[in-house]
Amino acid sequence: MGFDLQYMLSLMPILFRYLGITLGMACWGLVFSLILAVVLALVRVYRLPLLDQLSQLYISFFRGTPLLVQLFLLYYGLPQIIPLFVGLDAFTAAVIGLSLHFAAYKAESIRAAIIGIDRSQREAGLSIGMTEMQAMCRIILPQATRVALPSLMNYFIDMIKSTSLAFTLGVAEIMAKAQMEASSSFKFFEAFLAVALIYWGMVLLFTQLQNWAEARLNRAYNQ
Amino acid sequence: MIQIRNLSKAFGDNRVFSGIDLDIAEGEIVALIGPSGTGKSTFLRCINFLEQADSGNIRIDEVSVIVHNARRADILALRRKTGFVFQNYALFAHMTALQNIAEGLITVRGWKKLAAHDRARQILEDIGLGDKGDHYPAALSGGQQQRVGIGRAMALDARLLLFDEPTSSLDPEWVGEVLALMQKLALRHQTMLVVTHEMQFARNIADRVIFMAEGRFVEQGKPAEIFSSARDVRLRKFLNQVKTY
Repeated sequence: MGFDLQYMLSLMPILFRYLGITLGMACWGLVFSLILAVVLALVRVYRLPLLDQLSQLYISFFRGTPLLVQLFLLYYGLPQIIPLFVGLDAFTAAVIGLSLHFAAYKAESIRAAIIGIDRSQREAGLSIGMTEMQAMCRIILPQATRVALPSLMNYFIDMIKSTSLAFTLGVAEIMAKAQMEASSSFKFFEAFLAVALIYWGMVLLFTQLQNWAEARLNRAYNQ
Repeated sequence: MIQIRNLSKAFGDNRVFSGIDLDIAEGEIVALIGPSGTGKSTFLRCINFLEQADSGNIRIDEVSVIVHNARRADILALRRKTGFVFQNYALFAHMTALQNIAEGLITVRGWKKLAAHDRARQILEDIGLGDKGDHYPAALSGGQQQRVGIGRAMALDARLLLFDEPTSSLDPEWVGEVLALMQKLALRHQTMLVVTHEMQFARNIADRVIFMAEGRFVEQGKPAEIFSSARDVRLRKFLNQVKTY
């Protein structure tokens, strides 16, 4: 018994080889969830008939059910119903599941941020001849981004950690690898501590990035 | 050059104004005065469709719009003929003073960034803020922000500038510099329609003063006539009130 530091350190380079898969899922998930979230948020802000109700239903479902259940539904369930999903590989399924799940959360914080921007700035944009779309893209969204950034970053951090659930679909990411190593060496504590440290390190890195981005976006406001 | 016919607007059952006609000649400066809540600002906002009137006709130069079936293109065309100055400035908070002024030229007119910034710098000089181009709105005083707001409207060479109580949110110390800038524009014969509580402006700068009450133009004329020989009782009462205040 006892803690085997040597073993844990020797695991690190092995785990690092799978970091790309973890980060890959997180980054693709970030991109797709953001795109979907902006669309959902705009549908709700403009109260587009029917679409608004649909996006409310969507948000309600994906916030109201566990991510693990959603991943299982998507990867193990859907192919039985819809043949299109039969060939879906686990990595793609994980990216889709993570994107759908976190888009629901992000949509709400983006919507709140958009609503929070002073209405008269939109009017000012229109008054100089902008279209509604230009006012949204040039005036409202850049400011809403700043407001939403801290919570979006929280969701991104949450998503990085949630990629570990992909190992239940059979994706060979760092959690899966740690699990494999642990079951062959029986040094569970070392293996899972190693993977915990890697997640922690990643989150610290992205938090640093967040601080930098926030400082940049806040330039206009602290003089 | 500006012709408004039979413009009416109601919010639900609440009639804001109805059947308003207004002609403004090129270079004319019109002050719109009256008690609060009589529809002055709403009238102004209906001219460039920040609010949509219920019926009537608005024409600026060759752009003629029947308001109740205005197409999106008509509205855009009308807005591009007018500039609007907001009571609360409504500057783009994430842009510097320079960027605020250049934004319309770049996004709406399609100018190259360099050219737009050059033009914006000229305007900054013109409004007396040549050294404030890199400042964000949060770092400017109220008076400076409102001058940038006017500069932003000036940049697009609007045929008609609409001012919605441009000095009402300002601390008294900043009112003078904004009025001075408006006077400067007046001397250049910039056509302006100004909703204001500044009687000094109405008296000294406007070519015509219109008194609006209860959703109608009650009385209008040259400032001298309005201020010294008002006929309508409500106007006399109103002028007395603003005098004591």
